Amino acid sequence: MTAVPKDARTRAAGRARRPRAEPLVLLGPGLLYLLAFLLVPLALVLSYTIFKRGRFGGIVHEATGDNFTRAADPLYLDVLLTSVKLATMTTLLALAIGYPTAYVIARLPARWKTPALVAVVLPFWTNFLIRTYAWIVLLNSEGLVNSALTDLGVIDRPLGLLYTDGAIVTGLLYAYLPLMILPLYSAIERLDPQLAEASANLGAGPARTFLSVTLPLTLPGVLTGCVFVFVPSLGNFVIPELLGGGRTIMVGNLVRDQFLKARDWPFGSVLALSIVAVLIALLTVQAWAARRFSGEGDHA
Amino acid sequence: MLRISTATIVAALALTLAACGGSASGGAAAPDRLDPSADLAEQSLTISNWDKYMPADLPAKFKAKTGAPVTVTKHVTNEEIVAKLTAGGDSGIDVAFVSGQFAQALNEQGLLEPIHADLIPNLGNLYPEATRLAYDKGNTFSVPYTWGTTGLCYRSDLTGYTPDSWNDLLKPRPELKKKITMLATERWLMLPAQKSLGFSANTRDKGQMDQVKSVLVKAKENLLAFDDATFGDRLKSGEAALAEAWDGWCPTDRKDIKFAVPKEGSDLWVDTMVILKSSKNKEAAHALINYILEPEVHGWAAANILYKVPNKLAMEKVDPALVKSHPHLAMPPGDLLKGEGLVDLGEAAPTYTQIATEVAAKK
Amino acid sequence: MRRARWAYGPFWLTYLFLYTPIVVLVAMSFNAADTPYSWGGFSTSWYGELSGDEAIREGLVNTLVVAAGSTALATVLGTLLAVGLARYPRLRVLAVLATLPAILPDLILAIGLLAFYSAVRATLGLHSVLLAHTVFGMAFVATVVRTRLSHSDTSLEEASRDLGAGPVTTFVRITLPTLAPGIVAGALLAFTLSIDEFVIAFFTAGPKDPTLPIVIYSMVRFGVTPEINALATVLLAVSFTVVILAQRLTRLTDSLR
Repeated sequence: MTAVPKDARTRAAGRARRPRAEPLVLLGPGLLYLLAFLLVPLALVLSYTIFKRGRFGGIVHEATGDNFTRAADPLYLDVLLTSVKLATMTTLLALAIGYPTAYVIARLPARWKTPALVAVVLPFWTNFLIRTYAWIVLLNSEGLVNSALTDLGVIDRPLGLLYTDGAIVTGLLYAYLPLMILPLYSAIERLDPQLAEASANLGAGPARTFLSVTLPLTLPGVLTGCVFVFVPSLGNFVIPELLGGGRTIMVGNLVRDQFLKARDWPFGSVLALSIVAVLIALLTVQAWAARRFSGEGDHA
Repeated sequence: MLRISTATIVAALALTLAACGGSASGGAAAPDRLDPSADLAEQSLTISNWDKYMPADLPAKFKAKTGAPVTVTKHVTNEEIVAKLTAGGDSGIDVAFVSGQFAQALNEQGLLEPIHADLIPNLGNLYPEATRLAYDKGNTFSVPYTWGTTGLCYRSDLTGYTPDSWNDLLKPRPELKKKITMLATERWLMLPAQKSLGFSANTRDKGQMDQVKSVLVKAKENLLAFDDATFGDRLKSGEAALAEAWDGWCPTDRKDIKFAVPKEGSDLWVDTMVILKSSKNKEAAHALINYILEPEVHGWAAANILYKVPNKLAMEKVDPALVKSHPHLAMPPGDLLKGEGLVDLGEAAPTYTQIATEVAAKK
Repeated sequence: MRRARWAYGPFWLTYLFLYTPIVVLVAMSFNAADTPYSWGGFSTSWYGELSGDEAIREGLVNTLVVAAGSTALATVLGTLLAVGLARYPRLRVLAVLATLPAILPDLILAIGLLAFYSAVRATLGLHSVLLAHTVFGMAFVATVVRTRLSHSDTSLEEASRDLGAGPVTTFVRITLPTLAPGIVAGALLAFTLSIDEFVIAFFTAGPKDPTLPIVIYSMVRFGVTPEINALATVLLAVSFTVVILAQRLTRLTDSLR
């Protein structure tokens, strides 16, 4: 209680000496920048959704609902669903191998932790496209994975690994796995190992301890990791293009094609909006889950 | 309160901007008067071209000849460079290399400078057929750089027979399933189906395009991939046995790889050079095109990228040994013109894009 | 603490998964054959080819210009924003807004900026990429600096003000030094992200000035020569060296303290 008056005093004193221009100087430049280079561009894309396409790209300012009716075609919904499916598979796989990895790293002796983490991030510092390209070399029918499997006698004919949905998921997983491991690591690292010990001492089995102690306490990290992997996976167009061989397209390819190939900006904007809609839904779920989790924490 | 006012400001700004963007300049203004005796050393050029599509020493040699420095930038696809050229302000490009139908579209937007034939005396080196190209008769806004056709490129040892029809690609024999690639770029994606059904490669008929679509959807099941760039490597490695290919890209220097134009007929594609209206170096741009039409310079494309060039003098100088290993180089211009010239589709373009999307999205 | 044995399988699998492609890339960069499908003996010729490649060199220079410029801009704007948001915590909408570019998919930001540049008839070039990269760079700098702020003690600033220092003096002599590690970390993050950024650059770069990722994209699409592998190896070696040096440096400063 004694802290309160002191706190109030200093804050009041601080505020009194702060010049009126301060918020303007501190926040002004950044917010102006965000207004010009983020809000206006996004508002433009949003406004384009109701206009007609110019014959050579650009916009004709006649309002129309056609772009939305076109996007409601099962074809495009199908592509969106496929994209959500592939991004979800990527996220779940990343969680499945990322969680144990982060767990082991967090429990390594202190001097091994940093090298282990750096080793997770290091591939990130080669170019993203070159990393993706490496999988073409690995997966093609004359490539290393196939020759290894053939030499080992596992298969007698090369498998069609490249240009499949599996290849796309592999590429996405490879690109974004570190984004799953890092937040999971920081969540698990903060966890007090004594909690798990206490649970074990009270007679809970390892599975029970994990499910009722470790997992709930690291849930924020899990959610962050999932968002970090899901978001860039959903909007990706390079990996489906290089590893999907044009046989599977994702919603990112559609948006790219409408803007840079078909020059149909209004329709491209509607498709982009569908990505945003999926993401808003996802973030809402995440916020809900996080709130629910912290609510439970209060009761405990 | 704050949220509402921010949103209002943003919406208002966006609408103002969107409205400003509408007043695009366009229409064919009167051509600039060009000065034939302009000092080229005062000018400098930026050209955009596909990677490795002209001699690497061209900028240095052109500068030595005229004094005008040349910067080369690269684009990967027609769509990409056209999108950049139409995106907004001055692109900074003086000369661009694009395919004929894209040159036509750029011209219709008023973005191209008419070709001043008097500044390009070497136009006389071209075959007479090179002035009869569907997208630009008489070369009024473009000068052809390379031309060719599209056909079947195959490993004769792997196919075990001689493919001669688009249906070899679309309805393959069982042993060739999943060993076939097709071109991914819209117009050439449609071409095999269009020709096998007896339609024009420029058809705008909705009913015909629906038929094209269903043929392609069925063909997709048997494909290894849609591939514009690496089918040559795939044929060499044996990953693919049969590919839809542009003539110059078929690696026929390997004895077991052959090229054939299907009996149903094919297209005539042309890659052209165009000068942007926004260029401030138009005299030097014309001089550059004139320089490229020199037989030695233009012949480089035939000898190195193995594309036919529409330059009579240049083709006559091509090494006969090369023609022997790449028989398509011997195809006379008259035969080439039997292929259907690709033109811009205008209002039908979105239909093609949508069909390409549907084919790609189909499981 | 009991060993979590179940976790070791996936742990090793992760590293196998992450490093197999890297090993292949490095090995192929020394392959004399020009196809990635067969081994033609050891050769370093691709490194020679790489060093003479004008397009890659130009792309690299462009990338460094964009990364340096956007990082500088993003660091200034992001730091001010972070301090401002910490001092006025009631502006929660703004805090969300400031982190939005970091969560937004790159493709959405890319088309928005393309539409924007096109609407104001801006010429596309390196400057348009630089300004675009600043948007997300700023968001990352602001986020990192705010994390630092939440752990830092404001009593020094207050003391400074109590002793009569003006707001600018306090900011420069007290606030900035306290935040320095956060600012440096944020700037490094912005720089790293800018160097590898492809999608936004692809949409907003002028045709004249491709950044390195755009150059690589055009090479990868045309089937890859081992030159790309050589480039990947060089990039890896550089980042590896930087990491080792950074670690040595932190250890050194730690021991000096």
